Amino acid sequence: MNSVSIDKNEKTVSMQPKYSPVKEFWKNFRKQKVAFIASVFVLLLILVAILAPYIAPFDPYKPNYDALLEPPSKSHLAGTDEYGRDILSRLIMGTRISLSVSFASVFLGMILGTILGLMSGYFGGWLDRIIMRSSDVLFSFPDLLLAIAIVAILGPGLNNVIIAVTVFGIPSFARLVRGATLEAKENTYVEAAKSMGAPHRRIMYKHIFPETVSSLIIFVTMRIGTAILAASSLSFLGLGASPETPEWGVMLSTGRDYLGTASHVVIVPGIAIFLTVLAFNLIGDGLRDVLDPKTKND
Amino acid sequence: MTKKLLQVEELQTEFTRDKQKTRILHGVNFHINEGEVLGLVGESGCGKSLTSLSIMRLFQGTTGEITNGNIYFNDSNLVNLSDYEMRKLRGKQMAMIFQDPMTSLNPVMKIGKQLTEPIRVHLKLNKSEAREHAIAMLTKVGIARPDEIVDEYPHQLSGGMRQRVMIAMAMSCNPNLLIADEPTTALDVTIQAQILELMKKLQKEEKMSILLITHDLGVVAEMCDRVVVMYAGKVVEEASVYDLFENPKHPYSKGLIASVPKLGEKKDKLDSIKGNVPNPSNMPKGCKFAPRCNMAMPICHEQEPACLAIENDRLCSCWLYELETR
Amino acid sequence: MLRYIIKRVLEILPIIFVVSILSFLFIHFIPGDPARLVAGKDATLQDVQNVREELGLNDPIWKQYISYMGNLLQGNLGTSLKTGLPVSDMFSSRFMPSIYLTFFAMIWATIIGLLIGAISAVFKNKWPDYLGMVTAVSGISLPGFWLGLLLIQLFSVQLGMLPTGGSEGFKSYILPSLTLGAGIMSMIARFTRSSLLETLQTDYIRTGRAKGLKESVVIIQHALRNSLIPVVTIAGLQFGFLLGGSVVVETVFSFPGMGRLLIDSIAFRDYPVIQSALLLFAIEFIIVNLVVDILYSVLNPKIQIQS
Repeated sequence: MNSVSIDKNEKTVSMQPKYSPVKEFWKNFRKQKVAFIASVFVLLLILVAILAPYIAPFDPYKPNYDALLEPPSKSHLAGTDEYGRDILSRLIMGTRISLSVSFASVFLGMILGTILGLMSGYFGGWLDRIIMRSSDVLFSFPDLLLAIAIVAILGPGLNNVIIAVTVFGIPSFARLVRGATLEAKENTYVEAAKSMGAPHRRIMYKHIFPETVSSLIIFVTMRIGTAILAASSLSFLGLGASPETPEWGVMLSTGRDYLGTASHVVIVPGIAIFLTVLAFNLIGDGLRDVLDPKTKND
Repeated sequence: MTKKLLQVEELQTEFTRDKQKTRILHGVNFHINEGEVLGLVGESGCGKSLTSLSIMRLFQGTTGEITNGNIYFNDSNLVNLSDYEMRKLRGKQMAMIFQDPMTSLNPVMKIGKQLTEPIRVHLKLNKSEAREHAIAMLTKVGIARPDEIVDEYPHQLSGGMRQRVMIAMAMSCNPNLLIADEPTTALDVTIQAQILELMKKLQKEEKMSILLITHDLGVVAEMCDRVVVMYAGKVVEEASVYDLFENPKHPYSKGLIASVPKLGEKKDKLDSIKGNVPNPSNMPKGCKFAPRCNMAMPICHEQEPACLAIENDRLCSCWLYELETR
Repeated sequence: MLRYIIKRVLEILPIIFVVSILSFLFIHFIPGDPARLVAGKDATLQDVQNVREELGLNDPIWKQYISYMGNLLQGNLGTSLKTGLPVSDMFSSRFMPSIYLTFFAMIWATIIGLLIGAISAVFKNKWPDYLGMVTAVSGISLPGFWLGLLLIQLFSVQLGMLPTGGSEGFKSYILPSLTLGAGIMSMIARFTRSSLLETLQTDYIRTGRAKGLKESVVIIQHALRNSLIPVVTIAGLQFGFLLGGSVVVETVFSFPGMGRLLIDSIAFRDYPVIQSALLLFAIEFIIVNLVVDILYSVLNPKIQIQS
């Protein structure tokens, strides 16, 4: 009975035609020119990642000993590397790797962190204490060092990089969601739902989780940039992808010896990482301006 | 003949957002005589606080600007002063206290330091002289153990004490005009009375003028000599306190007075004014109060009434009287 | 004040305890026989047996932990598999250079970051703000290792002004600390800007202006200190970012510090070194956060009184 009446309320609210949060969001987000351009860029990158094998002009793995370290030219738009492999093709394949590694680790971290944070904030008490103390302990290892420690245990490789980056994301997500949950819990409508006997799980997902969504979206976007940087750093350190993989960090690491003679080997993959991370950060900034009225300054 | 200390003429203030200008003050007119307490009343959002900020020209960090009008203070027109000249006036000849004493003091600076700042800037006293002066001011506003308070931080003081500190700070350079923007709204009722009493006492002693901004008609009755009623960025009525309470002219003033419960009157329900203040970016045509006015005539929705003298020393901006005088 | 410090120190003790357990368990987390891992790939069966005895791996686990902690507190961090030297000896020459490196990076990043952030806030939506914020968002998006390589190319290879790395005194700190600080400088700039903008909207800033104070006095004496409070917290949290970054930067510049030692040891599977290096990094980070907390309470008089 009780939960039925809650449902009814929700419908009457959502049926009002005047206010649509999605439309409102879209209208405001389009005004953020920089973030809008950055999103178009990211969409293009995703498209490149999906179509990578079809649009790469050369085989990214195949050496060509007649064209070693060639500077950018008409046939090799971004030049070739120390084995004569086409750098543009490797960048295109690298987009796929970087995006899938970062998306996978951020979303895994988000799901686990959100569940822990919701439970911690909502139930409080000993559960909260255990979860928060564990995240304190994880926090006492600096981000990248925690990832390095995990890779040191599990051994190098892209899958382990995903696990490592996931783990170092969990406590941040848990804290963020916990904070937002504590705030949302104070709202009168949550009190109201509780007093009407709505079950915990229902209150958490129907009432509290939506409150945390906007801060989550902003954080996830920023976090993807961080994850790309972390994953490519691990690869650069030789703890991630294997040396022949066209991963951006690996390309930089193997190319660094040729910096003096063929600088494009280092410059081009660096630009790829920089622009991708920059795009995610700019989207994050734009989203924050639109979604988080607290930080708006006008 | 009383001398005018401050005269505001046709004051217009606008804010810019997304390259679009929104006018909040639509030509405000009033004056304050020397040694007088003038009340400025109206609902929240009517522009009474903005009027005070415009007089002080406190627009730093906002897009606000005065786009038209004059503000004569003593012998100068504040609108034409340079930023430097304006700064020399602020805190010295005109001082201001604000609504919320809890947030109006810097939380990480000792009371003494905050008090001595204007003293050192305007009165050119050295550090120890300024401290003496600050302690004297604290004593004047009725703070016990002032020599200890100067070394404390704001969060160690109660709300009432903080407002006393604010008053001490505002009075420290002996200003001609004190602007008090809802000085008692954030305080407990008992503290409110104390603060008002203090202000009244200091006003008499120092013979200064006060511009008292409030939405509380009880405070007006207690403190003021004359009252200016504002609605939607304009002055709609100006009268002595006695006249306004006894015989309000403008329908809006009538509504305000009627919404105050009177002692010894038996009523089941308080009167209230229907509707809300109009949105500044979407003002109604004609008289801005017309949509909420139960005496509105067709002309009210078409044309704005002028502000006319209807009796001696009374001004009112309403078609009811304008047609009458014609 | 002193009581507050003691309270904070007591609060971190349990965390250090858990971290030490994790560090102790590190060897056990790795798939495979710990004795074999510690003895190294080429060890004979007898070597492995000796290591097992030496580490007391046959003892119950709590006993192992106690002897591990006992050794740790005596400064005995084990023996490197690669060099055969005591781990503590290997650390002693590398610990201070890493500290200096992070210290220099933190110093310049804080000063420049505060400056850029403050200028951006004061000139909000004007060209200095745009310039500052473009710099800052680029700074947080730059991969440190790439920036390091570009700086080497420019200043060492082409201009020949500075060494590419190594340990040639102060000069060899310049490029690494520039690289290391770039990201955190940008973060501090962004936080300072938004924090200062928020502070500039507060009532007490309006009070300051109403007193007739100069705008520069209002900003520097009233706004900046209040906006520093959240910035200090952020800077402290971001110190972890510096420690992580130092591993990358030390590798790029062949810098003789803890970070490079860690990476080299991972490549060599020199587990005793890895284990102790990670523990050292964690404790360093915990101590920095403690210092930040205390600094925070110095800046914020409210905390001093409550404690």
